[in-house]
Amino acid sequence: MKSSTFKTILKNSALCVSVGFALVGCGGSSSSSSSAMMDEADNESDASARAYSVSVINLTANQPFSPVAFIAHKEGYHAWVDGTAASNELEQLAEGGDNAALLAQASSDANYIGHYSGTAPIGPGGQENFQLTFDVTGSASVSLVTMLVNTNDAYTGINGKSIEALDVGDSLTLLAPVWDAGTEANTEAAGTIPGPADGGEGFNASRSGDVDFVAFHPGVISQDDGLASSALNSTHRFDNPAARVIIVRTQ
Amino acid sequence: MLKPMTRALKTTFSTGIFALAASGIANAQDVTVSVQNLTQGIYFTPILIAAHGADSHLFQSGQAASASLQAMAEGGDISGLATDLAALSAQSVENPAGGLLGPAQSATATTITTDGTANTHLSIVAMMLPTNDGFIGLDGWEIPTAAGTYTLTLNAYDAGTEANDELINSDTGGVPGTAGIPAAPGGDAGTGGTGVTSQETNSMVHIHRGTLGDLNTTGGVSDLDSRTHRWLNPVARVTVVVE
Repeated sequence: MKSSTFKTILKNSALCVSVGFALVGCGGSSSSSSSAMMDEADNESDASARAYSVSVINLTANQPFSPVAFIAHKEGYHAWVDGTAASNELEQLAEGGDNAALLAQASSDANYIGHYSGTAPIGPGGQENFQLTFDVTGSASVSLVTMLVNTNDAYTGINGKSIEALDVGDSLTLLAPVWDAGTEANTEAAGTIPGPADGGEGFNASRSGDVDFVAFHPGVISQDDGLASSALNSTHRFDNPAARVIIVRTQ
Repeated sequence: MLKPMTRALKTTFSTGIFALAASGIANAQDVTVSVQNLTQGIYFTPILIAAHGADSHLFQSGQAASASLQAMAEGGDISGLATDLAALSAQSVENPAGGLLGPAQSATATTITTDGTANTHLSIVAMMLPTNDGFIGLDGWEIPTAAGTYTLTLNAYDAGTEANDELINSDTGGVPGTAGIPAAPGGDAGTGGTGVTSQETNSMVHIHRGTLGDLNTTGGVSDLDSRTHRWLNPVARVTVVVE
């Protein structure tokens, strides 16, 4: 049984116990045998329209989030892979807060199911609530990307979290850390940060001066902590987690 | 949910009536552990991965570090911990990366087969460079009995055994009880710092407060660079495959 999430494993294990060992064994969550088994156990799990209510809450002190890119997909789509170079589309979002290219890329992916594009930035303490409805057979996962706009190339989000275990009425709460796209050096310098702290440049295709792989973000320093050339002050510092995401299955 | 199930299985095993067909869940105890460095600029010294009994620990937050843990955290030397584990009939994998594990890099350890042992818990440690006595830590995570792939993230701990002066001391910085950081593998540290502090305010193992650093490569308070040597938790991802 290869399953990427704890919850799915637990659910399948429970199903194996309750439905019976003798039937079809305990397959992976995306296999047809597992789906058939789930149909016997729970008619709500078959392939009909599913609806989810999603809330994205900004937990930072002074880092507005760019309009979110929220994607529903099968396993196999990745907005990014930790430790490897960011795609150009992710770079555009992480440096400039523009989700268009990432969503277009996702929409053309073979594992794409659906998406939601944020209507506006989400300020500190703010949240955006939206619905996502789609028809799908079998497994479904979600990914989220939104830039911390008072940075060079920081973003928070979700990297392919399965929502397969959610039955109608169930909710899932995730706390999201901050990643560094690795595509723009964290100079914090005036003119390099697109958010209201600076109003500087967003996307720039050059990756010189940075590590060119995605990692967890080391945080910003700010002019108040010794980086005199920083356009940021102490209010722009952040720690993990930066966001809370609540997903409720409503249908 | 997992814990009661695990206990139930253990109980069933011990009473000897587990003769039916539950093998799809229960006999899976080949454990393969991978560690990925998710920092931008920190290196991990040789990693130690161990399956051991429920009551054993390489470290515990809020408790004083053992001498073996201190040697690991200050100098990257895992030999003392490995010896300690061997005495406990634990199963260890030493240095799966074959040296340093740099930013973004992953290492996968050889599979540990825990069948027939009491080694139900997993621990992982490795020193973080450049730090005085910072390390990545996993303390006694109960290995699931159900087959699957499990993902954990690890925080950075401070062994509490050495003041975080943030000064490179390539001669003796790695010697337990001696001040200083043995190396900055990225070659990106400065020199001539005066020292961030000479005090260790919490002598127990605790969550590392992070590096201060500065921008002065030939002076200032720290030899470390606030732009490249800081981190936020978590710092590593662990993937455990149970088969």
